[in-house]
Amino acid sequence: MIMPIHDPVRIGVYVCHCGMNIASRVDVEDVRAFAQSLPGVAAARTYKFMCSDPGQEMIQKDIKEHGLNRVVVASCSPLLHEHTFRRACAAAGMNPFYLQMANIREQVSWVTPDRAQATRKARALIHAAVRRVADHYPLAKERVNVHPAILVVGGGIAGIQAALLLANAGKKVYLVEREPSIGGHMAQLDKTFPTLDCSACILTPKMSQIRTHPNITLWTYAEIEEVAGFAGNFKVKVRRKPRYVKEELCVGCSECVSACVFKEGRVSDEFNQGLSKRKPIYMPFPQATPNVVVIDPRSCLKIMRGKCAMKCVEACLRAAIDFEQREEHAEIEVGAIILATGYRTFDARKIPEYGYGRFPNVYTMLEVERLVNAAGPTGGDITLRDGARPQTVGIIHCVGSRDRRHHPYCSNVCCMASLKMAHLVKERTGAEVFNFYIDMRATFKGYEEFYDQVLREGVQFIRGRVAEVTDWAIRSAEKGKLVIRVEDTLVGVVRRIPVDMVVLATAMEPQEDAAAVQRKFNISCSQDGFFLERHPKLGPVSTFSDGIFLAGVCQGPKDIPASVAQAGAAAAEALCLVDKGFVEIEPNTAFIDEAACSGCRTCIPLCPFQAITRDAVKGVAVINQALCKGCGTCVAACPSGAAGQNMFTDAQIYDEIEGVLADV
Amino acid sequence: MSKPKVGFYWCASCGGCEESVVDLAEAILDVAAAVDFVFFPVAMDFKRSDVEAMADGAMAACMINGAIRSSEQRAMAKLLRRKAQILIAYGACSHQGGIPGLANLFDRQSILQTVYRDTPSTVNPGDIRPEASTRIPHGEVELPVLDEQVKSLDQVVPVDYYIPGCAPPVQLLKDALAAILTGRLPPKGSVLAPDKALCEQCPRAPSKPDNLLIDQFKRPHLERIDPEKCLLAQGFLCLGPATRGGCGWACINANMPCTGCLGPVSRTRDYGGAAMSALASLVNSNDEAQIAAMLETIVDPAGTFYRYGLPASLLFARAGANADKGGHEP
Repeated sequence: MIMPIHDPVRIGVYVCHCGMNIASRVDVEDVRAFAQSLPGVAAARTYKFMCSDPGQEMIQKDIKEHGLNRVVVASCSPLLHEHTFRRACAAAGMNPFYLQMANIREQVSWVTPDRAQATRKARALIHAAVRRVADHYPLAKERVNVHPAILVVGGGIAGIQAALLLANAGKKVYLVEREPSIGGHMAQLDKTFPTLDCSACILTPKMSQIRTHPNITLWTYAEIEEVAGFAGNFKVKVRRKPRYVKEELCVGCSECVSACVFKEGRVSDEFNQGLSKRKPIYMPFPQATPNVVVIDPRSCLKIMRGKCAMKCVEACLRAAIDFEQREEHAEIEVGAIILATGYRTFDARKIPEYGYGRFPNVYTMLEVERLVNAAGPTGGDITLRDGARPQTVGIIHCVGSRDRRHHPYCSNVCCMASLKMAHLVKERTGAEVFNFYIDMRATFKGYEEFYDQVLREGVQFIRGRVAEVTDWAIRSAEKGKLVIRVEDTLVGVVRRIPVDMVVLATAMEPQEDAAAVQRKFNISCSQDGFFLERHPKLGPVSTFSDGIFLAGVCQGPKDIPASVAQAGAAAAEALCLVDKGFVEIEPNTAFIDEAACSGCRTCIPLCPFQAITRDAVKGVAVINQALCKGCGTCVAACPSGAAGQNMFTDAQIYDEIEGVLADV
Repeated sequence: MSKPKVGFYWCASCGGCEESVVDLAEAILDVAAAVDFVFFPVAMDFKRSDVEAMADGAMAACMINGAIRSSEQRAMAKLLRRKAQILIAYGACSHQGGIPGLANLFDRQSILQTVYRDTPSTVNPGDIRPEASTRIPHGEVELPVLDEQVKSLDQVVPVDYYIPGCAPPVQLLKDALAAILTGRLPPKGSVLAPDKALCEQCPRAPSKPDNLLIDQFKRPHLERIDPEKCLLAQGFLCLGPATRGGCGWACINANMPCTGCLGPVSRTRDYGGAAMSALASLVNSNDEAQIAAMLETIVDPAGTFYRYGLPASLLFARAGANADKGGHEP
């Protein structure tokens, strides 16, 4: 693996001005002269833009004319241009891994204001790179074939959109959803802003396409257990929870639900946000996909106590009910993964002054979505808990968002959702509607116009963060009502607005298990807990793990159009990877020097990719090069220096350290 | 033909290294037949003046055990280096600084204060300290000066070979003598011992699990030790994975964990660092507080992981090379 070069080392050092980015802080000519003086350096030059064609040609010319066998480019971060310069070196006939970059922009000129100090720092980094590059040896990238199937995790609108696009492109797609039905939050909504088209009408055709598409395997009520492998070759274990109903036999007639020994619903209905009760055997919602009933093991008498008349079994003409069903485990291989795991809503109880959970007529936005919906618990009638129609309704924005006590970020959709809700409530009940907002954010296509429309419809807008929702009446008009106390910052007075119903526009927040999912897929989270994209501008759906892409709210709060657009982008990225057919693997893998390994096994349990095994015959550790991701954990832990890593050998690291400290 | 001349000298050492020569048992007769001992203060009556009288390079080989921590030891090391064709650092103290090297955790002042004033057995009402030069009625007498830092032999003079161990295993000494007598020596700078860690062929290796993670660190004098099972797998801090083999598993066979006296293999720059990062990696927890609590149970980490090699560690290698340039060398 290590092929020493016997020719004397001849290094070329190229110091980039990066326009004024570097040259304004670093004395590039001084640095060049310093580099020229270092042992082994055969040529040292500066140029305005080393990454430009003339810059690259300068390096290539020197490789040929000066017989260079090592190149150091002192410019920006290797994340930006390492590939550029590797390509340039390779085109001139040099092994691209004889290149080393010294980052004198991000690590020097952009962060060190003093010119003398910056110049000294640049010298030190170049000295380190020159010392290190002498120890480099040729390496080659390996090509690995890509598995053509794609996994989509999460069956909300983002996951549905990505899965359909990929399946329509002829790719095999696995769509895994944790709930018994796909549809996600969008299936719970009544109408969508700003066009007011019916959410179900635009979503359910897509849901049924998922169900019938020949290229899609849909696993609902299933969770990802384990992810191993790497871009192009992931191995994923999926756990399918028992629904106690044979999916392939059930036609969704729901005769079993009517027959259940419980005549009335007993358990709070998740889909209706607890505003109605369901039976232990239930259909999640009328358009549930797959249209298959499910038995809840936490309330079914047969499962909990083993005793029940089992009327459901009697009622099912297709013998689909199966109390013997057990958890199933499936293992699939995919080339790319799209995470579309969505969000949960902020728990309004965390802001006790708004009274959610204390006052029956304080609702969350999602609850009122169900009340407005014709398929909801009231058949679309907006009524209070006692069945009365509200005369006045207050909608409070930013509940849990833009709040230092909870989430500093803006949840992006609440302004528009609140406007839509104001419109629907007014339309259905004729009630007077107040919106309490901090700033109105209506920034995308048609949004401002919709705001304008709702204003014209006579909805009242009060600018100010609500201080309190109380039932303490101090005027007769407030008796029996909820009073919203708020400083109207446009007028400059504290107001008390009595209402019958309060709607809280709760924040979007990361799923409860987002951190566990993040670890499972080996990706990163941003500070707010949402999954982190590779680059906010240029890699918005990629992650720091190659082959894993993001779509929808799991990456950050966004509305349906943005989620769908991102799903399209993620599908395109996954398609690019899978259709290319191969991935190139950076040769920074670890290896074991068999002659040095004592077989102590320290490294084996540490490998996060399970790439290390023990050769029982030779009594040494063996690293599977295809599984190794080059994290270096085993190399650092090896107590006898038997584990090494390409591109990071001990000699390279020590020489780099000595170089950087040479002038200290 | 005259027999090759050999010297054996001690510096800051305990005498264990001399014992290891005695451990040659009857084989010592073969050695005595093959070489002439021309300097061996522990066993034979030669004086320093005898060495000074030798021509440079007169000794074929000289072995020095013990660390270097006084002006006299430094002077002797330099003298013997001149007189010997091959200079061998013998034993852990000479090789890596050894147990005396733990003195580098303190400065000279506090060591002298502890020894000449603070220990309960000290009676020193005049607070008298050793001086380089003291006037007595008969004239002026001189004492060696204690150095600021303890050093390994190669931090004072160039060393050709190392025989590791505390004390060196007899087999290593036999092999080294055979190599010197036959002239079949490896490249200069080599440690004359195998270059693989102790776990290689350890009699307990079969009982070590592939996925060993440690839940609790144990101390050998407080627990019953299973005589068959891998000591690390039992939770004892066995430093075998980081330590050069060649001792014949002497401690392991005596049911005690390896304490690392043969030092690192050639590829390791800092023995303690390597041993610590390996052991810390095996802690079976991902919780920071829990990990800290577990590591807290390792009593005296410096004395555990740098027991035989603090002066040769990265912490002291540079400082050791620069300190004590001057001083009185009698």
